Amino acid sequence: MADKRMEDGVVAGRLPAKELVANFADIHPPLDHHEASVAADRCYFCYDAPCVTACPTEIDIPLFIRQIAADNRIGAAKTIFDQNILGGMCARVCPTETLCEQACVREAAEGKPVRIGLLQRFATDAAMEQDAQFYERVASTGKRVAVVGAGPAGLACAHRLAMHGHDVVILEARERPGGLNEYGIATYKTVGDFAQDEVDYITDIGGIDIRYSQKLGRDFTLGELRGDYEAVFLGMGLGGVNDLRIENEAPEGLEDAVDFISRLRQADDKSKIAIGRRVVVIGGGMTAVDCAVQAKLLGAEDVTIAYRRGQEQMNASRYEQDLAASRGVTIKHWAMPVDLATDGGKITGIEMEYTKLGDTRLEGTGERFSLDADQVFRAIGQTLVPDDLSGAADALEIVAGRIATIDAHGTTNMQGVWAGGDCAAGGEELTVTAAAQGRDAAEAINMSLRA
Amino acid sequence: MADIRNDFVGIKSPNPFWLASAPPTDKAYNVERAFKAGWGGVVWKTLGEAGPPVVNVNGPRYGAIYGGDRRLIGLNNIELITDRDLQTNLREIKEVKAKWPDRAMIVSIMVPCEEQAWKSILPLVEETGADGIELNFGCPHGMSERGMGAAVGQVPEYIEMVTRWCKQTTRMPVIVKLTPNITDVRYPARAAKSGGADAVSLINTINSIVSVDLNDFAPEPTIDGKGSHGGFCGPAVKPIALHMVAEIARDPETAGLPISGIGGVTTWRDAAEFMSLGAGNVQVCTAAMTYGFKIIEEMTAGLSNWMDEQGHTTLDDVVGRATPNVTAWQYLNLNYVTKARIDQDKCISCGRCHIACEDTSHQAITNMVDGERRFEVIEEECVGCNLCVNVCPVEDCIDMVQLPAGATDERTKEKVSETYFNWTEHPNNPTAAKGTLEPAE
Repeated sequence: MADKRMEDGVVAGRLPAKELVANFADIHPPLDHHEASVAADRCYFCYDAPCVTACPTEIDIPLFIRQIAADNRIGAAKTIFDQNILGGMCARVCPTETLCEQACVREAAEGKPVRIGLLQRFATDAAMEQDAQFYERVASTGKRVAVVGAGPAGLACAHRLAMHGHDVVILEARERPGGLNEYGIATYKTVGDFAQDEVDYITDIGGIDIRYSQKLGRDFTLGELRGDYEAVFLGMGLGGVNDLRIENEAPEGLEDAVDFISRLRQADDKSKIAIGRRVVVIGGGMTAVDCAVQAKLLGAEDVTIAYRRGQEQMNASRYEQDLAASRGVTIKHWAMPVDLATDGGKITGIEMEYTKLGDTRLEGTGERFSLDADQVFRAIGQTLVPDDLSGAADALEIVAGRIATIDAHGTTNMQGVWAGGDCAAGGEELTVTAAAQGRDAAEAINMSLRA
Repeated sequence: MADIRNDFVGIKSPNPFWLASAPPTDKAYNVERAFKAGWGGVVWKTLGEAGPPVVNVNGPRYGAIYGGDRRLIGLNNIELITDRDLQTNLREIKEVKAKWPDRAMIVSIMVPCEEQAWKSILPLVEETGADGIELNFGCPHGMSERGMGAAVGQVPEYIEMVTRWCKQTTRMPVIVKLTPNITDVRYPARAAKSGGADAVSLINTINSIVSVDLNDFAPEPTIDGKGSHGGFCGPAVKPIALHMVAEIARDPETAGLPISGIGGVTTWRDAAEFMSLGAGNVQVCTAAMTYGFKIIEEMTAGLSNWMDEQGHTTLDDVVGRATPNVTAWQYLNLNYVTKARIDQDKCISCGRCHIACEDTSHQAITNMVDGERRFEVIEEECVGCNLCVNVCPVEDCIDMVQLPAGATDERTKEKVSETYFNWTEHPNNPTAAKGTLEPAE
C-alpha cells in the first residue's frame, strides 16, 4: 500500500490502522488503585473547599476524595452522583484546569493540584462497572414532563425528575442519546461507548422514555408539548453553526467542525475518515482544538488553528492550547478568514487578514497572508435556530441568541417551560454546566408540580 | 567541622548511631554491610542460652501503620531473639569485631532468670572481644511468657538482681535495656542503677496490635487466622521514648546514668532531640529496616552540619542540654502569653486552621473577612493553643507570637506581666503554697 501521508487533497487512511488506534486511545488513562491512593493522599480536606465552589455542580470533592483514600470507592461515587449524575462524563471532559483543579489549594501551594478529575473517574468508573445504583424513584406523581434533547442538560433533568416520581419523555432529534457527549467531544476524551453506557446507567432509574428522531420544530412544536405535558424542559443545545461571513461558503472541503467531530466519533474505523494534507481550523474554543488535534491524529501534515483574537481570549483553556501544540498543531492568533481559494470547486487555500483591537471592535489591519489548505473547518460557535421553536420564539424571550432564563433554575418567561444547557442564556457551553442547569431546573419543576 | 565521635560508657564509636538489637544485626553479613555503610556500632541481636535455638513463626512477623503516601510510621513485630545457633553467633561476633576494631560491638543477651544461666554465657561473650553487653529486659512477646525479656523488665527487683549478677561476672560494661510497658519508667531505671548498671537503653517496643484484618476479623500480622500482640516501634513511638528518656535523665536518683536513646530515630534531628534530652547516643532500627543502611549518610552529615551551624564542637555540647528545660506542668509560666499569627503570603486558604478552631476549640479564626475567603486570628478568642499550627499543611505559615510584657491580652483584657508566675502560686489552686518555685535540680 502506497504511503498516503504526503498525498494532497482530502484522503482517508493516511496512517496505518495500528497507528490510528493508538492515536485515538484514552488521552488520560484511568488511575490504577495505587495511583489513586497517592493522588487522594494529597487532598487536604479543606474547609469550605475552593474546589467545590469552583465546580458548577458543587460536588463535595474533599469528601469523595477522603472516601477514596479510605478505600470506599463506591461511597465516593455516590457523593459525586448526588450532585452530578453525569459525574462520569464530567470526569473525562471537564476543563478541570480552569475549574476545580485551578481552585485547588495545592495549585496555589505547589502548582500541582490534586488530580480531582482523574480521581472522580476512578470512583465513578467503579460504580458504573458494577452498575451500583444509588437512587430509587419515590411514589409516582402521575405528572408527565417533556424534556427536549437527550444531552447532558436533558439527562440530568430527566434523572432528577424521575427520582421525584415524575414520568419523563425525552424527545431527541438524533438517532442516539448523549448530545454533545456522544457527538461533540474528541474521541480520545471518551473512548469506547462511554456516552451510551452513561445514558443506560442514568436511565436505569426508570420512568424515563427516550424517543429518537424527534426534532423540535420538525416533528413536534413547543406549543404541542405545552398542551400534552405538565411541564417542558428545553435542553436541545444549539442546532446552527455560525457562518464565516466570507463570499465562498460552500466549496468542497469546507465543513463544520462539529460535524467532523461527530462523524469521527461515530466511525468505528478511523481509517475511513478522510482528512486533508493541510488543514485550517477557524475558531478558538474547545471545538476548534478537538477538531484540529484529531485532524492531526488522522495524519494531516499541517494543521493550523486560526483565531481572530489573542491567546488570552481563546475559549479553549491553556491546557487545551498546550495539548494542541504538543500534537503539532500551529495556533495563529489575530487572524481572520477573508476568502477561500478553490480549484474546480475544491479548496486549495485560505486567504487571511491580520486583525487588531480597534477603538470599539476588532478590525482588520489590511495586511493579508494566505495558507495552503485542502480542508477548512468552521469552529466559530453554534447558534440557536429560532425557527425550531416554531413561532414560539415570539413568546419565548431570547437574549444574545439564547433562551432567556429569569432565575438560576432555568425558568423562562413562558409558563411551564424551563431551559438549560447550551440553548439557555448564561451557560458556559460545558457538560458540567449543562448538568447543573438540568438538575436545578428539575428541582424547580418538581416544586412547581407539587405546589 | 564538628566532632561526632562517641564515647558511651567507655565504648568508642566514630559516630553516635548504633543499630539496635534486631533483625539488622542478626549476623555478620548484615552487620558488615552496616559498618561499610558507616554505622558507628551495633547491638548484636539478642543471644539466648546454648541449646536448641528458639523457633520463630513461619508466617508474617511484621505489621505496619502508615501515614500519607503509605509512608511507614509504625512497625510491629512478633519475631523472637536470634534463632541461630549460639556458637555461630559468637564466632561471627568475634570475626566482625576483629575486622572492625573502631566500631562499637555490643551483644544483647537474654537467658533465663537464674544466676547460673548468666554466669555461663557471659564468659563466652567476653571471649569474642565485644565492647559491652546489653541485657534484653524489654522484649514484650514470645520470650516474656517464658519469664524472660519484659517479664524481667517489669519487676524492678529482678532487674537489679540480674544486673548485679552480670556486673559481678564480667569486665564488660553492662547496658540495661528497659521496656516501656510499665507505668513509671523511673523505677526500672533506678533498679538498674542499684544493680550497678553502667547505662540504660530505652525504649524497647510497646505492646501492640497494629491492625485487624476486617475480612477475617483477625489481628495482623495474621498467622492461620490468629494474631498475637507484638512490639511496636518506628517514628510513631518517638514521643513516648523521648518522654521516658527525659524522665530518667531528670530523676535525681538516676541523674548522670548514661542513656542510649531508642525509639523511632529516623533522621539526624531525631537523634539530636534524644541526645539533648540526655541520651549519650542513639540506637536505630525501623528506619534502617524501612530504607536500608544508607540512611546513616544523612544522619551523620545532618548532625554534623547542624552542630557546625550551632557552634557545637563535640557531642558533649549537645547531650542533656534540654534536660533542665523539662519540667512539671505546675512550674510552667502562666504569664507567658502567645497568640497565633497567620502569614497571609504563605496561606494557601485550605481553611483547616479555621475548622479545627471553630469545631473543636475556641472559635478564634475567621473564614471570611469582608465577604472574602480569608483566615485571620481573632485575638479576643485565641488562647494560644497551637492547634492551628499543628494542622496547617504549610510550614511556618502560622506562628505563635509571644505578647511582650505590658501588652494587653485581648482575650483577658489584662496586661501581660513580666513576672514568672506558676500554678503553685495561683489563687485558684487550693493547695497553693505562696512563693513555691521549682526546686533547684
